[in-house]
Amino acid sequence: MWVRFVGRRLWQTAPVLIGVSLIVFLTMHLTPGDPIEHMLGRAGSVTRAQIEELRAHYALDRPLPTQYALFLGKAVTGDFGPSYSQGRPVVEVITERLPATLELTLFAFVIALAVAIPAGALAALRPHRLFDRTATVVALLGVSMPGFWLGIVLMILLGLRLHWLPISGRIDWALAPESITGMNTVDALLAGDGAALRSALAHLILPAITMAAPMAAMVTRMVRSSMIGVLGQDFVQFARARGLPEWRVVGKHALRNALVPTVNIVAIQTGMLLSGNMVIEAVFQYPGIGKLAVDAIAAADYPLVQAVVLLYAVSYVGLNLAADGIQAVLDPRVREARA
Amino acid sequence: MSVDVRHEALQTVTKPLQVEERRQGAPILAVKKLRTCFDTYRGQVRAVDGISLSVRPGETVALVGESGCGKSAAALSIMRLVPPPGRITGGQVIFDGQDLLALSRAEMRRIRGRRIAMVFQDPLTALNPTLRVGAQLVETLATQGAARGRAARQRAVALLDAVGIPAAAERMRAYPHELSGGMRQRVVIAMAIAGQPDLVIADEPTTALDVTLQAQIMELLAKLKEERGLAILLITHDLGIVANFADRAAVMYAGQIVAEGPVADLVREPLHPYARGLLRCVPRLGRPDVPIHPIHGSVPDMVAPPAGCRFAPRCPEAMPQCRQEMPVLKRQPPTARTIRQNSEGESLARGGTVRRVRCHLHPGEGGNGR
Repeated sequence: MWVRFVGRRLWQTAPVLIGVSLIVFLTMHLTPGDPIEHMLGRAGSVTRAQIEELRAHYALDRPLPTQYALFLGKAVTGDFGPSYSQGRPVVEVITERLPATLELTLFAFVIALAVAIPAGALAALRPHRLFDRTATVVALLGVSMPGFWLGIVLMILLGLRLHWLPISGRIDWALAPESITGMNTVDALLAGDGAALRSALAHLILPAITMAAPMAAMVTRMVRSSMIGVLGQDFVQFARARGLPEWRVVGKHALRNALVPTVNIVAIQTGMLLSGNMVIEAVFQYPGIGKLAVDAIAAADYPLVQAVVLLYAVSYVGLNLAADGIQAVLDPRVREARA
Repeated sequence: MSVDVRHEALQTVTKPLQVEERRQGAPILAVKKLRTCFDTYRGQVRAVDGISLSVRPGETVALVGESGCGKSAAALSIMRLVPPPGRITGGQVIFDGQDLLALSRAEMRRIRGRRIAMVFQDPLTALNPTLRVGAQLVETLATQGAARGRAARQRAVALLDAVGIPAAAERMRAYPHELSGGMRQRVVIAMAIAGQPDLVIADEPTTALDVTLQAQIMELLAKLKEERGLAILLITHDLGIVANFADRAAVMYAGQIVAEGPVADLVREPLHPYARGLLRCVPRLGRPDVPIHPIHGSVPDMVAPPAGCRFAPRCPEAMPQCRQEMPVLKRQPPTARTIRQNSEGESLARGGTVRRVRCHLHPGEGGNGR
């Protein structure tokens, strides 16, 4: 039942991905800026023939539909061509940076949910009381503070003033563990290197908190409102009437139902963590995909930008698929309604 | 008083002794002057305004009234499950000799399910839609310390079987929405009796079901009552169900009990104008010539209840006194009908002989206001 449901939803994502790839391709080619000029820079001593030769080399002289077909044909095999700015295959550049971003995103995700789910549930238990009101104000701050601003404030306070935490980079280079997964914390754990682990975690905290803040705020509000709705339902009263302890009534019966609608918000917010990290990674000089994307755009590195944007799109689609799958696990009615 | 003594003597010969003794024994539940308020922005709503009632083991007592009269609030108050902003402001709920209102939360939790169980109105919303019914039943058993693991599963299947669910073992894996309304209510009842309670509070147990199922569910409750010696507090607005399944009934209006007594008396000879009005609202099958008389108006605003008798504004027989002075719930003398009926020995066991009415038309025997 569940496998069939997920299989079907997986199949439905194919047209979405094709549409996304087309939009990515077109927007890149319709934006101003000539990649060849960027590549050659102000070298000056290049001939028109050399330019044309490069253009032909990268198939930029072909009609757009042909270029798209070439791009798509290679993309499905995982080949996004060479990066214009780095001269290496795009895939290589991205896989090099991806673990850093995944690590950061995962940390932010865990922080956001670890704060938001208990906070939302607690606020719902006593609505309009002190905790709820405090959580509301904090959540409002979390949503309305721009990420870069919060990042800078945290850097100044915890990094520069108090010297508690490092303000940039991923790890103390002297301590960097041997790369196995590319995620410093995991590699440090595998190597059993406590100092490296501490350094990696210390570098993660500030950017992760900065990224987690808006997500935690949104999810707290969502859990709260959906929990209030569920707590008013008969089955919660019936669970109490059966003599179940309150923690079980709230933590199992009510929360499970309240999380069903929350899962979608979490998926969307996680997608925003991934794609919204450009600013945060730039602020914290964190060498991940976001910073890579910013650099690639500045260099009009078509293949690299295309690949990064496509990666964002795929992760969005994947996250929503995962959300549907999780909802189907949580609520049997979802399986039947959508399968 | 002498009349009562004679009645009791008669009862013992007309019904099997054992059942009779239980029904005449000490009440398992005695609610005394219970008050429950809801704090709203407009003021305090006195949803339950000093009601008293008792239920004996093996007895079914109906709490009857229209929507908003406070009967569900009364039921939740007994369970101490009144949702905020509601709160119990006074009175006692004596269950098996102890006042539930004086218990700690943990002590009260051990009463729920094990000693007092509840059946809810809508079986679809009473079950957690995201969990299999078997899991919910097993969880109930485990919480109540009745059984765990495999033993709990076996008990659960036996319970589903006992409430008349066919292929019980397979139904364990069903989700609530996969069952019909009647089956769901059977599951709810199975969960209610899982802890072998002494008292079941059934809050409109058949209101959300269609008519054919109503009789089945009520018969199931009646059967379980006989088998397990349950006491049942039946909250309902359906006088047909009251007439068929309850021993005694208390009619509630605007947070107060306005009439109380054996069901036969209520149905055949209602003394309180409101009880009379309720009966005249019930259509009679095959008697289109008997007109239906709705009670006009609606339940009064309980933030500012009317002075005097709360039913007076809607009462066709209201006198000037009714609008000034609140009548007291008073014990009524036997009428010609009750004397005749009791001397014939008919239906004596059902609900005894004591009836009380809160109405200036029936000043009663004096004293004994509850």
